[in-house]
Amino acid sequence: MRNPRLYPLLATIAIFIIAYAICYLQFPYILSTRVAGNLLTDNAYLGIVAVGMTIVILSGGIDLSVGSVIAFSGVFIAVMLRDSGLHPLAVFALLLVITTAFGAAMGWLIYRLAMPAFIVTLAGMFLVRGVAYMMSIDSIPIDHPFFTSLQRVYWLMPGKGRLTLIGVVMLLAFVVGHIIAHRTRFGANVFALGGGEQTARLMGSRVGRTTVMIYAFSGLMAGLGGIVFALYTGSGYPLATVGTELTAIATVVIGGTLLTGGAGYVFGTLFGVLTMGLIQTYIVFDGTLSSWWTRIAIGVLLLAFIVLQKGLLRLTTARSAA
Amino acid sequence: MLLALQSLTKTFVGMKALDEVDFELASGEVHALLGENGAGKSTLIKCLTGVYRRDAGSILLDGRDISPDSTSRAQALGIGTVYQEVNLLPNLTVAQNLTFGHEPRRFGIISPRAQRRRAAQMLEGYGLDIDLDRDLGSYSVAVQQLVAIARAVELSGRVLILDEPTASLDDREVQMLFAVVRRLRDRGLGIIFVSHFLDQVYALCDRITVLRNGCRIVTERSDSLDRVRLIEHMLGRELAAQEESEKRHRRSAPLAGEPLLSFAGVGRRGFVEPFDLEVQRGEVIGMSGLLGSGRTETAELMFGIRRMHSGTVSDAEGDLRLNNPRDAIAAGFGFAPEDRKTDGIIADLSIRDNIVLAMQARRGWLRRVPRAEQKRLAADYIERLDIRTSGPEKAVGELSGGNQQKVVLARWLAMNPRFLVLDEPTRGIDVGAHAEILQLVRELTARGMAVLVISSELDELIAVSDRVIVLRDRRQVARLSGSDITLENVVHAIAASDEHREVSA
Amino acid sequence: MPAAVKRILPQLITLLGVMVLVSLVFPDFLSIDYSDGRLVGPVIDVLKRGAPVALLAVGMTLVVATGGIDLSVGTLMAITGAVAAAAIVAGHGLVLAIVLALAAGLCAGGFSGFLVAVVGIQPIVATLILMISGRGIAQLITEGRILTFNMPGFAFLGSGTLLGVPVPVWIWLAVTALAIVIVRRTALGLLIESVGINRRASALAGVNARVILIAVYMASGLCAALAGIITTADIRGADANNAGLWLELDAILATVLGGNSLRGGRFSISAAVIGALIIQTINTGILLAGFPSEYNLVIKAVLVILILVVQSPSLAGDLKRLGSQLSRRAPRRSAKAAPQRSDR
Repeated sequence: MRNPRLYPLLATIAIFIIAYAICYLQFPYILSTRVAGNLLTDNAYLGIVAVGMTIVILSGGIDLSVGSVIAFSGVFIAVMLRDSGLHPLAVFALLLVITTAFGAAMGWLIYRLAMPAFIVTLAGMFLVRGVAYMMSIDSIPIDHPFFTSLQRVYWLMPGKGRLTLIGVVMLLAFVVGHIIAHRTRFGANVFALGGGEQTARLMGSRVGRTTVMIYAFSGLMAGLGGIVFALYTGSGYPLATVGTELTAIATVVIGGTLLTGGAGYVFGTLFGVLTMGLIQTYIVFDGTLSSWWTRIAIGVLLLAFIVLQKGLLRLTTARSAA
Repeated sequence: MLLALQSLTKTFVGMKALDEVDFELASGEVHALLGENGAGKSTLIKCLTGVYRRDAGSILLDGRDISPDSTSRAQALGIGTVYQEVNLLPNLTVAQNLTFGHEPRRFGIISPRAQRRRAAQMLEGYGLDIDLDRDLGSYSVAVQQLVAIARAVELSGRVLILDEPTASLDDREVQMLFAVVRRLRDRGLGIIFVSHFLDQVYALCDRITVLRNGCRIVTERSDSLDRVRLIEHMLGRELAAQEESEKRHRRSAPLAGEPLLSFAGVGRRGFVEPFDLEVQRGEVIGMSGLLGSGRTETAELMFGIRRMHSGTVSDAEGDLRLNNPRDAIAAGFGFAPEDRKTDGIIADLSIRDNIVLAMQARRGWLRRVPRAEQKRLAADYIERLDIRTSGPEKAVGELSGGNQQKVVLARWLAMNPRFLVLDEPTRGIDVGAHAEILQLVRELTARGMAVLVISSELDELIAVSDRVIVLRDRRQVARLSGSDITLENVVHAIAASDEHREVSA
Repeated sequence: MPAAVKRILPQLITLLGVMVLVSLVFPDFLSIDYSDGRLVGPVIDVLKRGAPVALLAVGMTLVVATGGIDLSVGTLMAITGAVAAAAIVAGHGLVLAIVLALAAGLCAGGFSGFLVAVVGIQPIVATLILMISGRGIAQLITEGRILTFNMPGFAFLGSGTLLGVPVPVWIWLAVTALAIVIVRRTALGLLIESVGINRRASALAGVNARVILIAVYMASGLCAALAGIITTADIRGADANNAGLWLELDAILATVLGGNSLRGGRFSISAAVIGALIIQTINTGILLAGFPSEYNLVIKAVLVILILVVQSPSLAGDLKRLGSQLSRRAPRRSAKAAPQRSDR
């Protein structure tokens, strides 16, 4: 593995393995399928959203609206199931259409207005959170029989660990995300955009179309994440998942993707999500450490990765210039 | 004829970048396109590749009139381009770059194996043995250049434009590139080669076309166009005009006494070869050489924009430290850069702000130049340099090129420097302002300031300089003073190929 | 100076318009009473509640003028508030508490500034680090609790009144005035603008761009610290989770409302502060008018999008092109004449 493009990914995996080893030495139980199953279940919505975020960041953009979209999705599902009598699957489909269209609209604005994605998606974040508020300001429980039966779907792994439906959905999202990012022309265009918009255009990439599709995909993933989050919590709450966009961005970067775009792996993000989940698990196991150490640890990891990548970038440009 | 441009014209706000230019390219030919900065080379290429739309004239490819409106359209028509700044994506692998937009797919999914196979096929015959799965950016510019050529040839395959492809290659890499270009020529491609390395042009090209100020000056077979005539075409003015400039009155002898500044062994690896230079009070040093000869690089070294790896700079007081522009300014230097827009003016700020900027930076943020003083300075220089503006509060970006240049000059004059470096002070400036700026240079030196003028306009350089230094391949190859400063001597010093270097130096 | 008035005129008109609109729905909006030695009324309330965002907008304007952005100010409010509260709880005096909080803000700003100016990391990325981890640091200081304290002197900064006007109003007025004096009476404003417009040319003219960049982030940190102190003093406690939550976004919005371009360059602190007041008037107005506060976010979002559309350079070009095409009735299909966005 002497290919330097793999270094950040390898660093991510190495950090995860080392972290797991440290946890294991202190709490051997952490290596059980129960913990592993919970790790997947607890972070399923985050992982799914992070898949979309990875694509966005690979293209050199950012999507701040995803946390709001998750909250909106929960409220939308809860309200629709309570008031409309539609089947949950129909509601899900309708929701995904809405969030995808919303993402596409943001992508179109970003391209058309030539404005920073940061600002446009910020407006999107306000808008969607506001719409969620307008639908309900309280937490709405979801108790549709089909819905609750979905919540109980799991596969019992050896060692009594539960691989839940939403955990599987997350893993599938990563597989699909990987194929899209690394095995399609759309994915190649995403990387090209992240490498340089001007060059991408010169190489024949259709920048506008790609931008719209990128944010549409992120919207789709955020909607899916919202469904999973609703299944996970069994309710819709407009104040939920505040700040999830930041966590998702952090997991993407810790997963080895360059925050300025153009380099990274979707599977790296999976390890970023798992590392974050592991830190939380460790804190729970420890019992004396407080939850805020998670955020601080994430911040330190984030800083380390950003500086590391800056260093790598300087190193390679210095070498090719010499 | 493979490609024919007829009366191609392109105008930018008030400036004719291309003025009825004719150009022809046969298949199986390498045709050099030469000219200094601003001659119109890049505009011509951009018209061909669809970046610009021409205003008038026609482009015939195989006799059919074409008007490419995007790079990909030009590519599809058969015109591919490789730039000095490789226009591929350094963050994608070699294979991804080669196949971008044409990836082999099954059910919409790219097959990496087929992609690699396809890429390997495209690179056949280029003599490259590289790992296709590595980032393109991890390879040398030469390799990237060849990959870019392979992609351009595969996608277009009729006309290949090479825009300064050798600027950052070493000799061996250049030979590698040339071997590839010759092979492509023999396959029947028409190749347009833009370069400022005349040795390479003569080694590779069948015909040469020279542009100057947006006009075609000459098209000739390279074996019948000798080097001196070529440089005359590029830099303007026939040697006949030389007599007149020789008659110009020159100050008798360089001013005696201690030199104002001495540069000893100043150089930077791979940037500027070490050089010595003594600067006298009140003299104008002209610096000449073709694009890429190290003119601007020398100025950047002198002004501390790049750190020197070797050598010392000293004045009568002792050694000077020049680690950054601030040091250089503290030492009494000033520098008006070649690219005014990106390196000189602060476009959105007013004339007044731009003029006081260097002075203000020198004084520190706490000691603001009093407003009355600012106004006086602005009014003073607007009048002295005849800056055409409705007032001192107008944003500099709204001025014409010549007036912008005067603002940058005013910024430095307000500092009253002892050594002023002017990099192409008259580029892109109308004739009137041109003369004014040269007149100003003479006035300044009369008051003891030393000025280094870098210019690619030879007659102007000869007219204004007390001494002329000629650069080639990043080193000083000739120094001329007094009556030796003639157009002929300068042109010969620039033109001398490697064998003759010792003679002229 | 008429030029200065002209610069802030659009913001003033907007503010006035918003106030008129609110008055239409809630006629008592402009009424001010005098009781217990203090002025009370919705307008006073706007001025007081607008204090944190107004303060943040001052620092944000300077950062934006250099072409940067500071996402960390909201969390910095939480950190500095926590520092002040912790100092008070630990028994330190009023002065030390304030000094420590301000120092924390300066340090944090210096950290971001260092990453931007020296390491060369994009401002969004550099300040994101503190935005994400900052609340963890604040919780570390408060140990996860809402750290309450009882010190009338400190509380005065958040809820006291001076000459009938709430102290936070005095503070943001003073800071705004001071900042304007500093940037305009010294050369700082000129140097910041020149770095923001063209960093390379500025450096070639001898401007120490690195120092300027670090300085603006430190100034932003300082403003965030003041905002944090006010917020903490107001509720007599440091809430690491909610202090300053999303206020960085309001601050950016205020700055943009103030007509300051995110690309950097010429800036107006007073316009940005008026922008902050516009936002607060909308917030208060929505509440007063009896709308649920949920509408707040939607209205803000619509506002941001409108401003973006108005500011967008490419859209302006499109409109112009569309106009000229309509008048010429060019037969050429125009939509394909791709926008030249090569400048980006």
